[in-house]
Amino acid sequence: MKNVLFVAVVVLLLGAGAYAAFFIAPTDAKQGLIYRILFLHVASAWTGLTAFFISFIANVLYVWRRQPQWDWLGVSAAETGLVFTTVVLVTGPIWAHPVWGIWWTWDARLTSTFVLWLLYVSYLLLRTLIEEPDRRALLSALFGIFAFVDVPLVFGSIRWWRTQHPQPIIMGEPGSGLDPLMYKVLFFMWFAMLALMTLLLRQRYLLEAMRGDVETMRRQWEVA
Amino acid sequence: MSLFANTTILLGKELRTEFRSRELLTTTIVFILIVLVLFSFTFDPLSEEARRFGSGLLWLAFLFAASLMLQPCFLREQTNDTLSALRLSVSDPFAIFLAKLAANTLFLLLTELLLLPVFAMMYNVPVLPVLHWLVLVFFLGSLGISVVGTALSAISAQARMRELLLPLLLLPLLTPILVASTEVTGALLDRAPYVQWKGTGFLAVFDLVFLTTLWLFGEYLLEE
Repeated sequence: MKNVLFVAVVVLLLGAGAYAAFFIAPTDAKQGLIYRILFLHVASAWTGLTAFFISFIANVLYVWRRQPQWDWLGVSAAETGLVFTTVVLVTGPIWAHPVWGIWWTWDARLTSTFVLWLLYVSYLLLRTLIEEPDRRALLSALFGIFAFVDVPLVFGSIRWWRTQHPQPIIMGEPGSGLDPLMYKVLFFMWFAMLALMTLLLRQRYLLEAMRGDVETMRRQWEVA
Repeated sequence: MSLFANTTILLGKELRTEFRSRELLTTTIVFILIVLVLFSFTFDPLSEEARRFGSGLLWLAFLFAASLMLQPCFLREQTNDTLSALRLSVSDPFAIFLAKLAANTLFLLLTELLLLPVFAMMYNVPVLPVLHWLVLVFFLGSLGISVVGTALSAISAQARMRELLLPLLLLPLLTPILVASTEVTGALLDRAPYVQWKGTGFLAVFDLVFLTTLWLFGEYLLEE
């Protein structure tokens, strides 16, 4: 029952967000309708980063406390973050093509998002390659910490040295020239996305917990 | 015994092991040579283009070589379980990392310096006037590669598919190193060479950040 209610709330929030994005936010003077993808694109980017941050905190707490719950949270948050980052990487080119005339530009945010995506794909891959649960939890948590520490450095290096090429017209600087109403819609959309993230995170966490239990039972059975 | 004394003794052991066979150094040198020759087929190596692409392909070759060279770092301790002995013999496990990463930095730097004249000849880029600055950049870059690489080779050594896994984990993490050192080396190989302090400082910051992370979390990487 609780689950159904949660899903209903998330669906409502997302529906309201979509309505606001399509009908309440004013049409952009230069880009016209296509800019409305911003509400999905930017909100997903922020949500993805939030998820990765949760994963990082869970990783540190696992190394410190060694409770399997932190490992479950770490992997669930990483996977959820990866989903949202994938949305960013897909909607980015869809938006870029009509506006900039190219599918991809090697600008700081796009490129660091891509590297971020690669780092967390490696994190999940690493997890599949270690059999023993405790070792898998510890080593992947440590890699997660290294990866997260790397994120600001990746962003800084690309921003300083690799962004002299085509400059974004809109949002060249974070949020430049955005209408106040657009901001409100964007923040609402982010809120809706965070609710969706929490839902996905919760489901994934419960699944991982169940897997952990099954693993423990299997071991006990093997010993017996 | 102090951290410094421990590290020196372990470093001596690493160097002795390598210089008895020189396996790592010779294979890495040959590998980089192959990459440099193969790269020369992808553009006109005697033109102005060599100056523009030279630094990038040099660092790409170093990065690929490092991801192979760092492989045996912890792997060879597994054969006779010498890692347990190492762990028992030092009071601070950070000494093991310090010794290994110092040795790896040294090996990388040595191969880079041996191959620099070859690169200069093959691609017709004068390096002598800026040699001391190049040595500094090579040192900072190699240190960064070794700090991250040594930590990750401790992770990959405990997983399946380790030969493939290390480059996968390591290369995206080293994006900042590639960007910054390519930039600084490119400035040094310019027609009017100059020292790019921002990039040099960035490399130093990268090294420091990951040395600190390794110092904080390194001991967990070596847990049984």
